[in-house]
Amino acid sequence: MIITKNLQKSFGHQQVLRGIDQHIEKGEKVVVIGPSGSGKSTFLRCLNLLEEPTGGEIIFEGVTLTDPKTDINKIRQRMGMVFQQFNLFPMKTVRQNITLAPVLLKKMSQEEADAKAEDLLKRIGLPDKADAYPGMLSGGQQQRIAIARALAMDPDVMLFDEPTSALDPEMVGEVLEIMKELAEDGMTMVVVTHEMGFAREVGSRILFIDEGIVAEENTPYEFFNNPKNQRLQDFLSKVL
Amino acid sequence: MELLKSIGQSFYNAWVPERRYLAYLSGLRMTLLISLFAVIIGIAIGIILAIIRVSSKHSSNPLLSVLNAFAKVYITVIRGTPMIVQIMIIYNLIFTSPNTNPIVVGAVCCGINSGAYVSEIIRAGIESIPIGQMEAGRSLGLTYSMTMRTIILPQAIKNILPALGNEFIVLVKETSVISVIAVNDLMKMAGYVGSRTWDVIPPYVIAAAIYLIMTLGLSALMGFFERKMGKGDRK
Repeated sequence: MIITKNLQKSFGHQQVLRGIDQHIEKGEKVVVIGPSGSGKSTFLRCLNLLEEPTGGEIIFEGVTLTDPKTDINKIRQRMGMVFQQFNLFPMKTVRQNITLAPVLLKKMSQEEADAKAEDLLKRIGLPDKADAYPGMLSGGQQQRIAIARALAMDPDVMLFDEPTSALDPEMVGEVLEIMKELAEDGMTMVVVTHEMGFAREVGSRILFIDEGIVAEENTPYEFFNNPKNQRLQDFLSKVL
Repeated sequence: MELLKSIGQSFYNAWVPERRYLAYLSGLRMTLLISLFAVIIGIAIGIILAIIRVSSKHSSNPLLSVLNAFAKVYITVIRGTPMIVQIMIIYNLIFTSPNTNPIVVGAVCCGINSGAYVSEIIRAGIESIPIGQMEAGRSLGLTYSMTMRTIILPQAIKNILPALGNEFIVLVKETSVISVIAVNDLMKMAGYVGSRTWDVIPPYVIAAAIYLIMTLGLSALMGFFERKMGKGDRK
C-alpha cells in the first residue's frame, strides 16, 4: 500500500533520514519507535508529504507521491493523520471540525457529513460533545475527536504522530482504546509512539528507527524478547 | 478669577467671532475624509503586500519572489523614514499640478504610509497561528488556499483586529502632518484661526480636543467589534 524507496530527508546540512526502504501492506499496523531526534516523526510526516523528502521515492497505491505532477491534496484525502498536539480547529465546534473537510472537498453533503459525525462521535464515546468547542474539552477528548476528524474522510491509512505524548497520563488509555478498536476493524495504521504496551499488543510489525535508518524491524514478540541491535537493546532497557 | 476670565475670553475668541467654529468643522471634514480614504488605500495596499509576503514563503514562483523583494523594500523604507519626509517627496514628485485635489493628495500620502504598517499587522496576525493548524488542514486534503480561507484567516482576524484598530487611530492623528503641504485639514485650520486672533494656544487646544474625541470614538468602536468577534468561542 505504501512503499518507500531509499527515502531521505535533510534539513539544511542535517540529514535526518538516511535512506529508508519500507513496504507497508494493507491492514498492517506498523509501529515506529526510537529515541527522540531519530527521525521517526520525520519519516511519518514524509509519508503524506507534510515534509518534502529530499531524496528517494514514496509510492502510495501505485501513485508516486514524490512526482511533482501528483496532486498531493487528492492523496491526502485518503491518508488520515493524527498529531501530537491534536490541532483541532479552535473556532469551530466539534461537529464542524469533523465535517469541514468532507463537505469542503465535496465528498459529502452537509447532511451526510453531520450524520457521519454523529456516528463517529458515538464510536469514540463523545456523542454529547458535537456542539462543544475544542477548548472546553480535555486533551484525551480532543485527541479522540482529532481521530474522528481524520476518519470522516474515510481514509485508507491512518498516520499517528505520537498521539498520546501530549496527554496527561490518565487520558492516554482512552485514546489508545480508540486506536485499538480501529486496528481491530482492519484499518492500515502507521503509529509513531512511546507506548511500548500498545506496540506489543497492537503492532503487526515494529520498526526501530535510529539515526535516520531502520536499525531493526520485527514482529512484536521477537522485537521485545530478542532484540539484536545493540542500540535497540540499550533503548529497550531504558524504556521498559 | 481674572485669569479664568481671560482664558475663557481667549477660547471664545478662538471659537465664536467670524463664525470661526465653521473653520474647525471644515478642517474636521477634511481630516475625516482624508483618514477614511487613507484607511481604504492602506488596507488595500496592506492586504496585497501581506498576501505577497505570506504566500512567497510557501512557493518558489520566481514572480512571487520578485514581488516579495519589492514588498520588503517598500515596507522597510516606509517604516524607516518619517512620514513628513515621505509626504514632501510624494507631493513634489507626483502632485506637481497646482489644482490637484487636496483630499487625494492627503489620502494617497497617508495611505501609502499606512499600507506598510497594515501589511505587517496582517502578516504577523497570520503567522501567529500555530503551524499545526495549517498542517491539520493540509493533512485532510484541503489545498493551501482553502486552509488559509477557512481555518487560518478566521483565527488570524481576531489577532489582527485590535492592532489594526490602533493603526487607524494612529493614522487619524498622523493625518495632521498633511498640513505641511497646504491641505486645509483640522490642524491647518487651527493654525489659521491662531494667525487671526494672535493667540495660537486656544485653537490648537480645541484641535487637540477634537482629535481626542475622534480617537476615543474609534477606540470605543474597535472595542465593540472585538467583543462581537470574541463571542461564541470563549474558552
